[in-house]
Amino acid sequence: MADARTPAAHPSRNWARVRRAGLPYLLLLPAVVFELLVHVVPMLTGIYMSFKHLTEFFIRNWSAAPAAGVDNYRFALDFNNAVGKQLLESFWTTCEFTVLTVGLSWLLGTGAAVLMQDPFRGRGLLRTYFLVPYALPAYTAAITWEFMFQRDTGLVNTLLVHDLHLFKTAPFWLIGGNSFWALLITAVWRTWPFAFLVVTAGLQNIPGDLYEAAALDGAGMWRRLRSITLPQLRSVNQVLVLVLFLWNFNDFNTPYTLFGNVPPPQANLISVQIYDTSFQNWNFGSGSAMSVLLLLFLLVVTAVYLLLTNWRRRSSDA
Amino acid sequence: MPRPPRSPLAPPVSFVWTRRIALSALGIFTFLPLWVMVSGSLKPLRDVQAAWSWIPTNLTLRPYVDIWSTVPLGHYFVNSLVVSSCSTAISVVIAILAAYAVSRHRFPGRQLFSVTVLSTQMFPGILFLLPLFLIYVNIGTATGVQLDGSWLGLIVTYLTFTLPFSIWMLVGYFDSIPRELDEAAKVDGNGPIGALVRVIVPAALPGIVTVAVYSFMTAWGEVLFASVMTDDSTRTLAVGLRNYASENDVYWNQIMAASLVVSIPVVVAFLLLQRYLVAGLTAGSVK
Repeated sequence: MADARTPAAHPSRNWARVRRAGLPYLLLLPAVVFELLVHVVPMLTGIYMSFKHLTEFFIRNWSAAPAAGVDNYRFALDFNNAVGKQLLESFWTTCEFTVLTVGLSWLLGTGAAVLMQDPFRGRGLLRTYFLVPYALPAYTAAITWEFMFQRDTGLVNTLLVHDLHLFKTAPFWLIGGNSFWALLITAVWRTWPFAFLVVTAGLQNIPGDLYEAAALDGAGMWRRLRSITLPQLRSVNQVLVLVLFLWNFNDFNTPYTLFGNVPPPQANLISVQIYDTSFQNWNFGSGSAMSVLLLLFLLVVTAVYLLLTNWRRRSSDA
Repeated sequence: MPRPPRSPLAPPVSFVWTRRIALSALGIFTFLPLWVMVSGSLKPLRDVQAAWSWIPTNLTLRPYVDIWSTVPLGHYFVNSLVVSSCSTAISVVIAILAAYAVSRHRFPGRQLFSVTVLSTQMFPGILFLLPLFLIYVNIGTATGVQLDGSWLGLIVTYLTFTLPFSIWMLVGYFDSIPRELDEAAKVDGNGPIGALVRVIVPAALPGIVTVAVYSFMTAWGEVLFASVMTDDSTRTLAVGLRNYASENDVYWNQIMAASLVVSIPVVVAFLLLQRYLVAGLTAGSVK
């Protein structure tokens, strides 16, 4: 503090102070350079591209692409033409898919974690076993489900038609309306272990004497779940649900592996739709405009979500 | 036989049965695809082309031999290994330096940096894919250096997700290391860099290994960038497995065998490190 008032105290001490103040920036330098390189520059480029008529003729020479104004946005949001209509439909499909996947995964993950809160024989082993789907590379899980959903050679139809006699004729799972459910089941299978993992960790941070006190007061299992477990998990859940939402809304690996380039319209998620617009039709301008719109949507949802949950948290704490 | 008296904290019988039934159902749901992978990989081709049978009748290890010759699986393996290891190594080294700065120093711009890192982790991959692809193509036209379809190009694109994740996780791990260690290092005559290298990094080693394994896994399983940014010579496993579908046949037995072979290393690594991973994931979310 003393040398803050006497800046010219000693040249070498000054130098040491500059060095100390500069050190964090020096440490951050590589991270900042790479963040600029892989995030900031591409993002700005993407926004720039979305205002250009960037079709296949200009991919190798983008500076020659004519300016488009907001044409790409108008094109993407014109729900009367084919592209806009597809985008809108795929947006709704993605919303449905995301809500169901997040809801089911959260339910299964939290349910299993709560059921496994008290020790029993084999608990550690079972926990590890439940994490296997999450540890598998996304595409091997999706490929396996693709095999299972084959109409004539898959496990699912053998189970439903041959073993359980639920259907008379074997249904198709990877085309038509059922493809949505195939996608949902595959995504939930991969996602719920993550919810389980996070909630399990969250449960370990709840002090045990809360439960002991509640049990002595005669609170039953339900009452303990409602009054202790769920409120104590609130901050974990706040982050968990947001992360699950963002992952599934942006999911590309699962639908692309399950259905290939051209998914059935009932299971056409927005990432694949943008990918198709960009690489099947080589229309990078409108693809970029759609990406920017997607980002804006996600930012708004995230902001509203955080505001609402923080506000609820504060009002319930008060 | 008289039952022993139940303690007030012991779960009621109905709860025990609910638990058994629910966990068994989840166990079966988890088991089905795993069983399909294992048993499917042990069947000859004509058996996987017939209706699904639960128990393989003609056991064979043939698919495990054939996978290496039907498609250049070894080649894909090397590509995946190079790209995933390089992007992991680069991001872990950069992340150690950055996380040390964020965890141990207070400086203007710290908050901005943290928020940027956290938010870019959430952005959709497709948002970065199009511009990066176009930038690569145009760098190629301007300078002759071909980045699209090259290892280097893919490694850089993989940093879009491995880097923010590694920084975010490592800040959490570094925060959990007591400050007294820094002080002790200073007393021993270490500067800040000496303290990082000799004290913090060794103390955070489990965390660093976990972050490395996790970002390796993510890169290993990545499909979106790989489907656009690779060509025949740099094809990764994620895209290459598709090639088991020839024009006439889909070699499901070989696909299952290959899926198992490429999954086992990452699954084993993950399960060994899951304890540390949980600590890191919740350090971020509980704060």
